Amino acid sequence: MLILSRKKDESIMIGDQIEISVVDIKGDQIKLGIKAPRNIKVYRQEVFTAIQQENQAAAKTGTQLPEIDLLSQAGDRKTVPNKTSSENTKE
Amino acid sequence: MKVNTKPYGLIDVDDRQKIHFPYGLLGFENLKNFVLLDALQQPFYWLQSMEVQEIAFVLIDPTIFRPDYSPDASSTDLEAIQLTPRSKENMLVLTIVTIPDEQREMTANLQGPLIINRDLHIGRQCITENENWKTRHKIIDELSQVRNSAC
Repeated sequence: MLILSRKKDESIMIGDQIEISVVDIKGDQIKLGIKAPRNIKVYRQEVFTAIQQENQAAAKTGTQLPEIDLLSQAGDRKTVPNKTSSENTKE
Repeated sequence: MKVNTKPYGLIDVDDRQKIHFPYGLLGFENLKNFVLLDALQQPFYWLQSMEVQEIAFVLIDPTIFRPDYSPDASSTDLEAIQLTPRSKENMLVLTIVTIPDEQREMTANLQGPLIINRDLHIGRQCITENENWKTRHKIIDELSQVRNSAC
């Protein structure tokens, strides 16, 4: 890992389009400013990791789904694509 | 087209059920081709990998238990599935369900929803920046809240 020392108001460039600057330092908290093209998404790392881990957990779900009547009173399936006909899911 | 599925074994699937995820899902970036199936148990769906039979996700329409839900998809997310804010009605939003042994504790990931272009069958997992949405929303609890507030 490349490690660089920066003071407040200094910044680093990643490539020629991404700039990360140190906006403020207070105790053990640092405020970073990030300038990047719109197609580069910036997330806090723990959010990214949480979703990865949740996907891993979800992939372990068994094939026996609960028989719970979620639908009574909860509206119809209006957002369902008509392309997924249930006939296709039968063996 | 025949697809080996985790829940139902080898089954016939219509080409129109295919969904391409150009970036895969987080943690599964190498799996890009899936089929969307109605589960035999409503209101669930299966998102089955076409590449690895053992990888399949249970999905649910989040508005069933959170009518106020919106994925807040950014313009970047929409572009990734070739939609614009104007053509958002062609967007299908589904969320991934995690079902533990105690099935009533099942949760849905509202922080990392799947958005799908219905016409082009392209999907993406986005990360919502709305802090109301977490990775583990208890479906049964939230559903009962919806019902209570409807009474």
